[in-house]
Amino acid sequence: MEHVAVNPWAALAYLIAGVCFILALRGLSSPTSSQRGNRFGMIGMALALITTLITHVPTIHVLVVGQAEDVDYWAIFSRVDPLALLEILAAIGVGAAIGLTTARKIAMTAMPQLVAAFHSLVGMAAVLVACAAYLNPAAFGIVDPFGQILTVSRIEMGLGVAIGAITFSGSVIAFAKLNGNMGGAPIMLPGRHVINLGVLAGILLLIAYFTQDQAPWVFWTVTLLSFAIGFLLIIPIGGADMPVVVSMLNSYSGWAAAAMGFTLHNTAMIITGALVGSSGAILSYIMCRAMNRSFISVIAGGFGAEAASTGGAAKVDRPWKRGSAEDAAFLMSQAEQVIIVPGYGMAVAQAQHALREMGDKLKEHGVRVKYAIHPVAGRMPGHMNVLLAEANVPYDEVFELEDINSEFAQTDVAFVIGANDVTNPAAKTDKSSPIYGMPVLDVEKAKTVLFVKRSMGGVGYAGVDNDVFYMDNTMMLLADAKKMVEEIVKSLD
Amino acid sequence: MDFIAILSIFVLACFVGYYVVWSVTPALHTPLMAVTNAISSVIIVGALIAAAASGSLGSKWLGLVAVTLASVNIFGGFAVTQRMLAMYKKKERPAAAKH
Repeated sequence: MEHVAVNPWAALAYLIAGVCFILALRGLSSPTSSQRGNRFGMIGMALALITTLITHVPTIHVLVVGQAEDVDYWAIFSRVDPLALLEILAAIGVGAAIGLTTARKIAMTAMPQLVAAFHSLVGMAAVLVACAAYLNPAAFGIVDPFGQILTVSRIEMGLGVAIGAITFSGSVIAFAKLNGNMGGAPIMLPGRHVINLGVLAGILLLIAYFTQDQAPWVFWTVTLLSFAIGFLLIIPIGGADMPVVVSMLNSYSGWAAAAMGFTLHNTAMIITGALVGSSGAILSYIMCRAMNRSFISVIAGGFGAEAASTGGAAKVDRPWKRGSAEDAAFLMSQAEQVIIVPGYGMAVAQAQHALREMGDKLKEHGVRVKYAIHPVAGRMPGHMNVLLAEANVPYDEVFELEDINSEFAQTDVAFVIGANDVTNPAAKTDKSSPIYGMPVLDVEKAKTVLFVKRSMGGVGYAGVDNDVFYMDNTMMLLADAKKMVEEIVKSLD
Repeated sequence: MDFIAILSIFVLACFVGYYVVWSVTPALHTPLMAVTNAISSVIIVGALIAAAASGSLGSKWLGLVAVTLASVNIFGGFAVTQRMLAMYKKKERPAAAKH
């Protein structure tokens, strides 16, 4: 079971790269240190890349046959293969060009899709590396003296290819749902739980069998089944559960990298895999907690579909008040403090810039403006914060749920824009509600609630009506979020 | 390195990850996802080994494709993280600007 000797300097370089990655995440503890953290990440990656390029430079063997002093001789020389090296550098160059252009052009509202697309690339890369290792195990130093792949490596490879493939196909579906190529509604296959569990069990059994028999059919079947299960797992999950899905896939991409790190005995990959894996897992946990749902229930999917079909019957016409932009402008300009509660609707309407303008105008009127962010507002963790930052809202005006919730009672106006379920008081009072127990923003405690919504017809993702709409102190502002905010800004002049 | 040594690194790194990620401010969760995405592309190390190895043409080409995909992620991931982080600004203090 002896491995190919590892160059100690290379091992040290990989370890340093791993430490740089830890520092990159550490930097994100505050916005002020975050950019330095990101630079550590880049340094670590450059170190890992250069070390690998140097230690694994492509070589060709040249056979020299000659005759000297009537004696035939031959010798084999190894030298750098310039063509192969050029191919590798070209591959990096092409990838860099695509990556940098995308990063520069992408709109901030499209960030969830972009992250999903990037996850799919990591997944695919992991699959390809595992396949390459299967086809050419000697190059990875994972063969025993009989030319068979080491048992440990077979498990690692099998897990690597499976997790990678699930990450890939799952992320492709998540991308399609977030990007609107595919409806956000859950797609439910009959007997999907049985199918999914069966396929998962099949994959694990085949990986176990792979340790006994390294036949190609075993490896390729594991790969194909894993692509299929990634697809099957994500299609029944609805749009607003995407924060959990994106975090989960983030976690998977880490575990895939870790599995390949085990195969290659590479500390940089193992440390990174562990970091990314736990990061995604923690984010999934935070998102689930913010919805008061178990991870299992999110993964099982179908949330919202049942509630929407049953909730329709109980609907009664209840009185509600409609307001105009002028009313809203007047109310807010008279207020001492306004708390703005943005949600996914703000992102869809691209209203963040107009919203910041409104905030500025209010401040000119001497109003204190704060923003309250629910952890699951938007389609990925921290989605709202990025959009507000893009619109130049200072981050010290933006507060998390637990830090601001007690302030609603002393607030004159709560301005809800594009959020619904996260403000629904039924989560606190109605035990039969599907969102019961979910932590919500106490907007109803504010003196006045201004609720920007496209129309009265639609309900939130959970498919439940929101009592806030019908309260005496609520004024519904029915319009496109961006247009409404722009009109309010005009009225504030 | 034997398996147990590697496993030890992995387990300890999981703990480091756990504590480091909990200390990330929720406002930066989107950049966190973008940067973890970028660093998980360290899988390019495996891709480079496959691309540089001789012996299997199939393995080499799979490696080259993987190098390209991982590079998209590395450069794109760090660049987009940088772009996002540069947007997070503190409130301008009017008093501080004058003095």
